[in-house]
Amino acid sequence: MSEIREVIINNDRLATDEYLVNMGPQHPSTHGVLRLLVRLEGEKVLNVQPHTGYIHSGIEKMCEAISYPQIIHLTDRMDYLSAHMNNEAVALCVEKALQVEVPDRVKYIRTIMDELSRLASHQLWWCVFGMDMGALTTFFYGLRDREKILDIFEETCGARMTVSYSTPGGLMFDIHPNFQKRVKEFITYFRTKLPEYDKLLSGNVILRERAEGIGHLSLKDAIDFGVTGPSGRASGFSCDMRKHHPYSAYPFVKFNEILDHRCDTLARYEVRILEMYESLSIIEQLIDNIPEGDYAVKMKGVIKLPEGEFYQRVESARGEFGVYIVSDGKKNPYRVKFRSPGFSNMFALNKMAKGHKIADLVAIMSTLDLIIPDIDR
Amino acid sequence: MAFNIYDFTTLTHSIHVGLAESFSPVVATTIEWIIVGVTYLLFVALFGLFLVYAERKVCAAFQQRLGPMRVGPWGLLQTIADFIKLLMKELIMPRKADWFLYNIAPFIVIIASFMAIAILPFAPGLQSFDFDIGIFYLTAVSSVGVIGILIAGWSSNNKYSLIGAMRSGAQILSYELSVSLSLLTMVVFAGSMQFSTIVEGQRDAWYIFSGHIPAMIAFIIFLIAGTAETNRGPFDLAEAESELVAGFHTEYSGVKFAMFFLAEYINLFIISAVAATVFLGGWMPLHFGNLESFNHVMDFIPPVVWFFGKVLFVIFIIMWFKWTFPRLRVDQILTLEWKYLLPINLVNILLMALVVLTKFHF
Repeated sequence: MSEIREVIINNDRLATDEYLVNMGPQHPSTHGVLRLLVRLEGEKVLNVQPHTGYIHSGIEKMCEAISYPQIIHLTDRMDYLSAHMNNEAVALCVEKALQVEVPDRVKYIRTIMDELSRLASHQLWWCVFGMDMGALTTFFYGLRDREKILDIFEETCGARMTVSYSTPGGLMFDIHPNFQKRVKEFITYFRTKLPEYDKLLSGNVILRERAEGIGHLSLKDAIDFGVTGPSGRASGFSCDMRKHHPYSAYPFVKFNEILDHRCDTLARYEVRILEMYESLSIIEQLIDNIPEGDYAVKMKGVIKLPEGEFYQRVESARGEFGVYIVSDGKKNPYRVKFRSPGFSNMFALNKMAKGHKIADLVAIMSTLDLIIPDIDR
Repeated sequence: MAFNIYDFTTLTHSIHVGLAESFSPVVATTIEWIIVGVTYLLFVALFGLFLVYAERKVCAAFQQRLGPMRVGPWGLLQTIADFIKLLMKELIMPRKADWFLYNIAPFIVIIASFMAIAILPFAPGLQSFDFDIGIFYLTAVSSVGVIGILIAGWSSNNKYSLIGAMRSGAQILSYELSVSLSLLTMVVFAGSMQFSTIVEGQRDAWYIFSGHIPAMIAFIIFLIAGTAETNRGPFDLAEAESELVAGFHTEYSGVKFAMFFLAEYINLFIISAVAATVFLGGWMPLHFGNLESFNHVMDFIPPVVWFFGKVLFVIFIIMWFKWTFPRLRVDQILTLEWKYLLPINLVNILLMALVVLTKFHF
């Protein structure tokens, strides 16, 4: 029994009333192939040990063999729910290295697409969170609204999830003539539907009982583990890249960084719900003011970065997403490293889940919003 | 054979007389047993299938979709197709499972459900046996099912199954108290444990109206505790699919899984039928004191229709719970029972006793 061996190797024998459970790699609550080795005493979680690598696809290594515009297409496959942010991070990094200034139109469209992706991602998170809590109806409410965003993506760039829309120097294509109209329609629609989310789940007494005070992650722990994104902000960690290191059109818009100091599952839940409102307001500020101009600057056929190291971070739907490129002046990078938010967030799980019940572990994991390909890359 | 939709006593009586005339008493009784058994089997199978279909449609309505639509008109044949699929599936048993217990567990669960269903009065004359401790019998046999669940979880040799079974054991044993006590409240009011007497006592007004406040409290508690006893959401901890994969029946496949599945729906039916019988008058039509013409119109609707109408109404409410609420945590479930429902229930019995003593009811 491999798990038993691991425990013995750690010189940490099981007490008689303790036992180990392998949650995953195939388990409904891990939303993919994460494996958690959970040490239990009855229902109580004593220790959670995440084991990653079940969907490791060697994206960073592959990047070394392909050109910069091609890397974009691999980043879609990491955090597939914030595909556009990942694309943008690589594009921004390459643009920074080449010192290319993209037109304002590109910045605006990129920001709108960012926020639409964030909305879609948070919607999916909300439905899955409900499902993990046992309220299956949320799943269909969330997917119903997410579908509308995916339709907009499809019309804009032909893909629904793996958009590959940003590219070094601008965008793949200009926006569809319907884009503004449909986005505005969506905003009016979703402003009426978002309160439904609160009615169905947020105000529910069972949810509040289950979420309040569960999975405490103090500010210090959040910083120590590098927990970013909504999960970090729910611990009062001001880590919004859009505020601290503004990129694209974020310097032009007014929005609040949602912070919560309650540090528990409910805080992480509410931060995400409030972020959806913020995203809507960011899109509203931008959608009518998209400047005229080119949708991309002319780049060379073969993009070669100057020798050196380049880092660019963006705020993905899960936290800080960073791209680190080491270039030796050739057309493909010498080394690429992605700082994925999910990887750092996941390791706070043990800290948060210790001492709680199995059901809480599932809820806590759900509020971290883990995307496994993002962790394994 | 005289067939009367309002009263089945003549029908059953004529069958009995007919059989007694043509066969010896032993043969006649055996044939009667077989008839009754086959009728129940058919009823349970068909009604179970119908409930699965209804659940799918109800949940689809809550989730803003259509539900099964492809197999047969409006997907009516979907559950039958699924059942055939389940029957034909390979039975897989974990290597280190306890063979005997693993195989006997589904039967215990389903037999307990069948035993409970026997006591329910569907209509005048449509009740297979009616004896004076009906409610006591019902609470007794309906708690046998948990043994099957515990055995299933234990023998599967799977930690998820074991956790599910343990949760289920703790939950059902606790909520058994609330179910019995809320029924006991109504027994105090009705003055009898016999189902036929209870239904007959609601001729003028259903107990939920005539027993007013304590009866309504008992009804609400019974609905909550009944939902918990059938292991349905928001109390579906035993098979919490986001935590325990499928809980106690993780390792069951094919027809054995179908038995657990069917038992869950029979239990849903039983709980709803008991709620309908004890609180909502069973097959008794809606009567209001001395509104003669109104009562007469209500009498025109056959008792079977009344009974199933009420049962389906309660079933709908229980499904509504399931598709709206998130699941409770295991400690919360026990807190709810031991700290809230049980004390309320005990006070409620006292209240009901006072109401009965002071004759402060309708």
